[in-house]
Amino acid sequence: MASTVTDAADDAAKSPVTPRRRRYRVGRLSRREILLVLLMLAVPILADLAFVWGPAIASVFLSFFRWSGVGGLELRGCRPAGGLLPDNGCLTGGDNYSQAATNYPPFWPAVEHNVIWLVVFIVFATPLGMLFAVVIDRGIKGSRIYQSALFLPVMLSLALIGIMWEFVYSPNYGLINTITGHNQNGNLVDWLGDPKLNLWAVLVEATWRQAGYVMVLYLAGLKAADPSLREAATVDGANAWQTFWRVTFPTLRPINIVILVVTVIESLRAFDLVYITNRGSNGLELLSVLVTNNIVGETSRIGFGSALGVVLLVISLVPISIFLYQNFKRKADR
Amino acid sequence: MTTALATKPTPVRVPRVRLGRILSYVLMIGATIVWITPIVFTLYVSLRPYSETSKLGYVSLPRSLTLDNYRQAWTQSDMLHFFLNSVAITVPAVILTLFFASLVAFVVAKVNIKINVVLLILFTAGNLLPQQVIITPLYRLYLLIPMPTFLSDSGLLYNSIAGLVAINVAFQLGFCVFVLSNFMRTVPDEMYEAAVVDGAGLWTRYWRLTMPLCRPALAALATLLTTWIYNDFFWAITLIETGSRRPVTSALANLQGQFVSNQNLIAAAAMIVAIPTLVVYVLLQRQFISGLTLGSTKG
Repeated sequence: MASTVTDAADDAAKSPVTPRRRRYRVGRLSRREILLVLLMLAVPILADLAFVWGPAIASVFLSFFRWSGVGGLELRGCRPAGGLLPDNGCLTGGDNYSQAATNYPPFWPAVEHNVIWLVVFIVFATPLGMLFAVVIDRGIKGSRIYQSALFLPVMLSLALIGIMWEFVYSPNYGLINTITGHNQNGNLVDWLGDPKLNLWAVLVEATWRQAGYVMVLYLAGLKAADPSLREAATVDGANAWQTFWRVTFPTLRPINIVILVVTVIESLRAFDLVYITNRGSNGLELLSVLVTNNIVGETSRIGFGSALGVVLLVISLVPISIFLYQNFKRKADR
Repeated sequence: MTTALATKPTPVRVPRVRLGRILSYVLMIGATIVWITPIVFTLYVSLRPYSETSKLGYVSLPRSLTLDNYRQAWTQSDMLHFFLNSVAITVPAVILTLFFASLVAFVVAKVNIKINVVLLILFTAGNLLPQQVIITPLYRLYLLIPMPTFLSDSGLLYNSIAGLVAINVAFQLGFCVFVLSNFMRTVPDEMYEAAVVDGAGLWTRYWRLTMPLCRPALAALATLLTTWIYNDFFWAITLIETGSRRPVTSALANLQGQFVSNQNLIAAAAMIVAIPTLVVYVLLQRQFISGLTLGSTKG
């Protein structure tokens, strides 16, 4: 059955090349069929609206309020500070945003860390995964073994990955410090505790997983690419490097965009690794952690947390739009 | 471009190809070693007695290997309970996601209604949002939705297994709709025309014709979803308050605190939690990969 799946994937990948036949028409749907279609769509659409899009839009709405989660929301401006308790459940306009930017110490470090995360993924993890895929695709001995090994971390949960790497990074007993001789109390390197190092240490863990992910996606793209193009280039005397960059890479535009989108989205979603390491503090702040801290912590600040979520939302709309444009533009072209 | 390349003297290429081969092997063998080291090392730590590693460190030759850490980690942490929570979340979530996603995908791919593209965009884009964008309102929403007490003894969607099933289904729907609708498009329209001629209604065309043909895609997605939902950490951390109700992946965070004085137990617990995914890895790796790539390579 496994081979049928891959065949189907290959067929599907090639489908843009084969001319498409006109879509079958069932004629007009009967009234019963219209009702059935509505029934089929009702639950999934409701679930998607209630649990995904509703909250996404609500976070924009809530971000303009000051609200502790206790009591109701009112559509009125907040009273100026001065009373015994700060006003609650009221509109503050853009205050949450300006507070985040000017009066919330972890905000800018978190933004910086998210940017670093993204940059490391783009200049390191993703090209590494692509390199693995290209080398495996050229068919060297034992490629099956390499592929399986490099893919293994993709199966594991990020929480588990964080725990496993703690043994590698452990200051006194860990693999790296013991091998490099930094495990004595005078010269310990605290990879995960030192705020100057820990982001990079965690990024090694993240890259370890991401590269395997990119590799599998890219391998599928390479397998679906037309081999005759590559052969033609080789016959013309192009070397492997030239063949890849001038022939293969441009034909893989759709998969390149998918990988770009995956890369950006994954670096915005980054959460589990830093949370399991030290709950995202002391050098490991990320926007995703700040959002979570503001709802689950003791001081729940719903409006403020929503504003941080909206920052993430706005950034994530860029890759999402690219993906949708790429995908649905091609569909319309056919 | 080609003419410029063709003028290059061919003999120069031969040693370069060999060098390239050697570099490829160095890269792949090196990477393979680096990639499996953390996992093998954790396994090694988990098999060694605490009394030994506390004296010699983890990087040392073993005097004895033991499964005792596994026994202790299993019994002291009530791991079975957490595994059952994971099963109670993952199994219904995977089935419901595939069922609902296939319904939408069928309508989008094989029934001509005007809002096809809008629907597809709605689901696909929803799946791409970072979870943290929606968590704040979602958390408040979960505190508002009442549940019958046989499903949730808090009486709310918050802090209930049903709540975790709901968000996993809603969030994964998008990806599955996207993959399945693309898959269903590859089914030739003639088959549907023939079915209509034979008098097959809409439901028959969905359930009796399309679903059996989608078995490979459904199997691939089921593998993928099982792994993803089992591996979920974020929803369980934020939407389940009571530690004992958490699935096993997020319960690890608590175990880390509980076993803080004995890292070897944490290593054993981590390996135990990895077992289901490792089984999938060994038996269903191809399904998993084809699920991933179905989502990326077809147009």
